[in-house]
Amino acid sequence: MAESPQTPPLLEMEGIQKRFGGIQALKGVDFDLRQGEVHALVGENGAGKSTLIKILSGAYQPDAGTVRLEGRAVEIADPRQARALGIATIYQETSLYPDLSVLENLFIGHQPRRGWGRLDWAAMRRQAREVFAQLGVELPLTARLGDLGKAYAQLVEIAKALAQHARILVMDEATAALTADDVERLFGIIRGLREQGVAIIYISHRLEEVFRVADRVTVLRDGERVGAEPVAEVDQDWLIRRMVGRELHTLYPRNYRPPGKVLLEVRGLSRAGAFEGVDLEVHEGEIVGLAGLVGSGRSEVARAIFGIDPYDAGTVRLSGQPLPPRPWAAVRKGLALLPEDRSRQGAILAMSVRANMTLAVLPDLQRGGFLDEAKELSISKRFIQALQLRPPNPDLPVANLSGGNQQKVVLGKWLATEPRVLILDEPTQGVDVGAKAEIHQLMDRLVGQGVGILMISSDLPEVLGMTDRLLVMHRGKIVARLPRGSAPDVVMRAATGLLEEAHVR
Amino acid sequence: MYVDRGRQISIAVFLLALAGVLLAAAPSFFSLGNFKDILVNISYVAIAALGMMMVILTGQIDISVGATLSICSTLAATASKAGLPLGVVFLISIGAGAALGLVNGLLVTRFKIHSIIVTLGTLSVFRGTLIYFTKGAWIYQLPEDFRGVGLGTFLGLPNPIWAMAVVLLAGAWVLSATPWGRALYAVGSNPDAARLSGIRVPFVQASVFVACGALVGLATMFYATRFSTIQSNTGQGFEFLVITAVVVGGTNIFGGSGTVLGVALGALLVGVTGTALTFLKISAYWEQALQGLFILLAVAFDALRSRRRTRTGGGG
Repeated sequence: MAESPQTPPLLEMEGIQKRFGGIQALKGVDFDLRQGEVHALVGENGAGKSTLIKILSGAYQPDAGTVRLEGRAVEIADPRQARALGIATIYQETSLYPDLSVLENLFIGHQPRRGWGRLDWAAMRRQAREVFAQLGVELPLTARLGDLGKAYAQLVEIAKALAQHARILVMDEATAALTADDVERLFGIIRGLREQGVAIIYISHRLEEVFRVADRVTVLRDGERVGAEPVAEVDQDWLIRRMVGRELHTLYPRNYRPPGKVLLEVRGLSRAGAFEGVDLEVHEGEIVGLAGLVGSGRSEVARAIFGIDPYDAGTVRLSGQPLPPRPWAAVRKGLALLPEDRSRQGAILAMSVRANMTLAVLPDLQRGGFLDEAKELSISKRFIQALQLRPPNPDLPVANLSGGNQQKVVLGKWLATEPRVLILDEPTQGVDVGAKAEIHQLMDRLVGQGVGILMISSDLPEVLGMTDRLLVMHRGKIVARLPRGSAPDVVMRAATGLLEEAHVR
Repeated sequence: MYVDRGRQISIAVFLLALAGVLLAAAPSFFSLGNFKDILVNISYVAIAALGMMMVILTGQIDISVGATLSICSTLAATASKAGLPLGVVFLISIGAGAALGLVNGLLVTRFKIHSIIVTLGTLSVFRGTLIYFTKGAWIYQLPEDFRGVGLGTFLGLPNPIWAMAVVLLAGAWVLSATPWGRALYAVGSNPDAARLSGIRVPFVQASVFVACGALVGLATMFYATRFSTIQSNTGQGFEFLVITAVVVGGTNIFGGSGTVLGVALGALLVGVTGTALTFLKISAYWEQALQGLFILLAVAFDALRSRRRTRTGGGG
């Protein structure tokens, strides 16, 4: 590795091993971080990134290996000790209190005191202003955090870490819930912190972000370090090859075909405060994209079509027949919805792969009132194979699978219903690169068989690369209907409301 | 399905340890007659516990089962005294239980009130209504064929033991081998995902209360028939025994996991403890305290396990 000797490593992790039951999650991983650098940590789900980070933040203890801070071996027994050493971790699900003010959130657990146990609000306000000045942002200190939105919550997390004098900042999927603008702002802040000497470990599934903010990148695969290079010396292909250990052919494998007759027809769908006058159609053999920023009403429309949430006005028809707003009716008629929140609404984590995969076809699985176990097994085996589930074990609880494989189980559940229309809400969010490509290939195969797909995705390249045409939502309305091959900036302008007047057909 | 073998093993170990103590201190405990008594005494608890388990599997609870037992006992005894044939008496008891369960189920699903509140309310309403009609009077002189259900034997074993065995086996079968059984686990584990998968969650939730009521009605036929009188306030504290058997037997109080074998072991534990205390000449007052302790241990065990599971959840 090309070490530059002038900056000694702030953090060195050497030969870190960690085993969970029968699984060796980390097989002797080395990792080092220099002062004032942004070091990206990438790898597929299950590669060991989270485990490594949890060891660094004191949540897990390594079975073997050493951690050194500025050359001195340290033992990080618990998260409190990690914070005392200046190591702060910012998770995608923030650990803040939405009902408290920004100021209260910043200092919760380590408030400055005056005599008699009183809180020193003046000191808190002063420190808060210093920290926000350091970040180059301004936030209303007395505002209720829950009113500010996810992007600000993330800022407050970072500010909180700085207020505790963090020298090492770990950002785990920090941009997953952010809009494009907020991501920009976050990158600005990261660059600013780097200049002030803060070292940042940056974990993300979005590889283009790695190239935009990181100085170096370390790739993990199956619990081993398979590469560590300055970002300037590598490209995206190299990263993907290292991560998956094989070549990925085309990024978005689409075979476009002329669409067939209308399958899903939505007219004038409205719910006060959520979405208004939504018209859309999905034809046989096409993938229609529903783009827009988080909060633009995309998921709400999908949920209303499927009958999960009610709507005030409008009609939904499937193959010409009206669809009553009930999920069970939608399932029977051949509609499927892959929800955004996989672990809360998609998979039943405590149940086995086979039980999950047959959950939506339970009524078809009876023989004389009883479950036909042979049929159950054959259905689950079929989709385990078709989706290349790993490990291919139908009796494993879904909780034991990686995120990408859990998503495949939920997909398998819907494919078992032989749907005519599939609504996919963020189908590849939090899914590793290999599984993502497999899901894309599957989507193309499905539309080849005449299925219609409505795809919601915040991943702009994905939604542009995979869809036949694109609907863009802004503030609950469809503001643009774009053909295949539209430019990303046109989509972004529509999504941010700059294209509200001009309907491109 | 997630199966908690750990719980089943801990109950078995506890029972073996208890057996060791009894062998040393009160060897007379080990008689065929005593074992039969214990099994007869837990039979109606175990049958009702199967119903309770179905309710708890879906993440609900039914604390009105004691009142249901009491109403079914009164109706069955009255019907039998009126000269109705035994088959009809069975149907009345089961039907009444199912109807009361339906009331609970509809209140829970239609008005979306938590089942603890609903069944706490119906517990009082059921009991109050019963006392209004019976004026608190006891029922005496029960017909021979009625009492024969609980006191009779078949192939040398008391009828209630047969009934318990058949009902538990059938219950295990229904839970593992029918779509309805599968739906109970799904609804209890993750109601949102179950609903999105096309399972009619309110229907499933209402149906478990009906099943529980019906099973309490059936349990009644092996409970009320063993006494010479039926008191209007019979079955008080029954809900406690039933819930203890279910929770101690490893059914997760938050829903989603549990086995019929666990329920059977839980019921056995409840039955054996009381008898063992008598044989060890320890005051019976300790029985309730011990059962309470079992519940606390079981729930603590669940809480620890779920914490451990979230901590060692998949690395990324």
